[in-house]
Amino acid sequence: MTLRIVPLYPELLSIYADRGNVRVLEQRARWRGLSVEVAPLALGESFDPERADVVLIGGGQDRDQALVAEALIAQAPALRSAIADGVPVLAVCGGYQLLGHRYVDQSGRDTPGTGLVDLETHAGPTRLVGNVVVDVELAGTRHELVGFENHAGRTSLGAGVAPLGKVIVGGGNDGTGTAEGCLEGRIVGTYVHGPLLPKNPWLADQLLAWACEHRGLSTTLAPLDDHLEQAAAVAASTLARSERR
Amino acid sequence: MPGHVFLRLAPDGLSELAAALTDGIVAVSATNGKTTTSAMLTAIVGPDHTVCRNSAGANLVTGVATTLINRPRGATLGVLEVDEAALNKVTQQLSPTVLVLGNLFRDQLDRHGELEMVADRWRELVATLAPSTTLVLGADDPVIDGLAGDRANVVRFGIDDPNVSLGAQDAAADSTFCVRCGSAYVYDEMYLGHLGSYRCPRGDHQRGPLDVVARHVRTDGIRGTTFRLDAPDGSCEVSLPLPGLYNVENALGAIAAAYVLGVPTAVAAGRLAQFNAAFGRFERIAVGDSEVVLLLFKNPTGANEALRAIADDVAGAQVVLALNDRIADGRDISWIWDIDFEAALTTAAQIRCSGTRSVELAVRLRYSDVSPERVTTEAVTEVAFDEAVEATPAGGRIFVLATYTAMLDLHGVLADRGLTQRFWQEQA
Repeated sequence: MTLRIVPLYPELLSIYADRGNVRVLEQRARWRGLSVEVAPLALGESFDPERADVVLIGGGQDRDQALVAEALIAQAPALRSAIADGVPVLAVCGGYQLLGHRYVDQSGRDTPGTGLVDLETHAGPTRLVGNVVVDVELAGTRHELVGFENHAGRTSLGAGVAPLGKVIVGGGNDGTGTAEGCLEGRIVGTYVHGPLLPKNPWLADQLLAWACEHRGLSTTLAPLDDHLEQAAAVAASTLARSERR
Repeated sequence: MPGHVFLRLAPDGLSELAAALTDGIVAVSATNGKTTTSAMLTAIVGPDHTVCRNSAGANLVTGVATTLINRPRGATLGVLEVDEAALNKVTQQLSPTVLVLGNLFRDQLDRHGELEMVADRWRELVATLAPSTTLVLGADDPVIDGLAGDRANVVRFGIDDPNVSLGAQDAAADSTFCVRCGSAYVYDEMYLGHLGSYRCPRGDHQRGPLDVVARHVRTDGIRGTTFRLDAPDGSCEVSLPLPGLYNVENALGAIAAAYVLGVPTAVAAGRLAQFNAAFGRFERIAVGDSEVVLLLFKNPTGANEALRAIADDVAGAQVVLALNDRIADGRDISWIWDIDFEAALTTAAQIRCSGTRSVELAVRLRYSDVSPERVTTEAVTEVAFDEAVEATPAGGRIFVLATYTAMLDLHGVLADRGLTQRFWQEQA
């Protein structure tokens, strides 16, 4: 039984070192003695829902993003079927925007997205840049999500879509410093990179537990020594609180 | 008078200042290698011209103005490195004789914005460039090569050597899609990041014909690199006392610019044999019985190339990594996850993580293949450095990889101890 981590189009969607997220999932599975395989989806390939246990969508440059949107929309039905089957998705930055119906840039050009989640994004007048802290409740437990945001997009969620968390420090979805990201079932969308998972191992483990469940493996993951990750999270949180309000 | 005051009085005053430099101005920009290329060019043209050169910390519009105002007496030639984002403004006012554009990599996304935004600005710049300006382009970078368009006055430099090509694509590669049609380039050779010999499968763009070329490149660890230089005025051997393919690219850019200014390439090559490293770029300093090698790291491609260059020498050595997140370093540190630490550091005796974000480095290494007992964290770079020196046997080496402000701080400490010159003294 091999867990399959599937980053989508990593050659185009990894502007903010998104491969760090892949690395963290892979290592944390391996340290628990799980057999794990990273199987990236390249442009021109078809996404096979039978061969994915967790899907990652990173961020890209604007030009690459348009290139990738078309490819991703073609895979949306297969992705939908995987999601219905319990496969978790982590979408960061540009990947988060691609979850929605559309992205409208500064010039008014409208790039359609996958519509996997009821949300849409319009470019704002400024970039929201800096360290962030978000209050997240996931699977009944509260956590602090820490990282860095850098986006011009302002994302609004549909009426039925919950945010991933509440902004403590940072701009969040739309610059108002209220809601950050989206959480719909096992789809996690967020503007927080850094990359996201190294400093937020609880989120990595939640994604792994969901992936294990999908593969029919035990969802109880042996605890790991996360003192470095926790120290990095505390340092990042302290830093964010000291410089932004 | 400082540059910002001058510019307030005379907003378009750069051109006035530039007029005093009667042999012309060479402007140099790139993500990686601006400082080294400018330093190399200065070393090449120094015997023939009195050069006015700016420091790395003065490469924005006001810094350039200050440098020109305070130019050395009798200066006739300007060698100015210019920040990528400031290039348009500076170039439009200076009308340089030669414009050297080396490469564009992802760097400090929080400050510069995406690579494509910088590339778009450079395309606008080239479109309005005076026909008399000679464009010297790093053709191994497809985005840079694409700037040439139909322009007549272009000199391309690059590497042509399958033996130094990477086996697999670098995770830090940025621009691997055709600048004209968006298709993935086919790389016949890939040297570092997305630099190499590439062609669009649909025939829309390929690397242009090289004018100044490095062939038969032989690397000798941190000691240096030799290669054969083929140029329009003949061929010669170049022996460069700096490691890494990066520095081959830098040397080619400097030799090509000097060639445009009238220096024969063989003469330029000879003058580079004595070249000393610029601040923190493979700078080697004796500390007691040991040798310290300082490597500046500021983006994944630069770091990967530096790590490749030291890979053979790092076995059993002490390593200090210093990651700061001040504005000059970039506030966003996510790029450390694109550095291939695994490839170079697994054989190091001990790695000390330091700097304002030291713990992040420790987390990064925890997820690499470096064994955890070889990694420690000490936030203060100076302390980590002293520990590393303490742990080094006579004749051993200490490698320091530090971001800009961490390097500046450590360099200051070493200068206070009389071990090296102050940074600004070297700029004179």
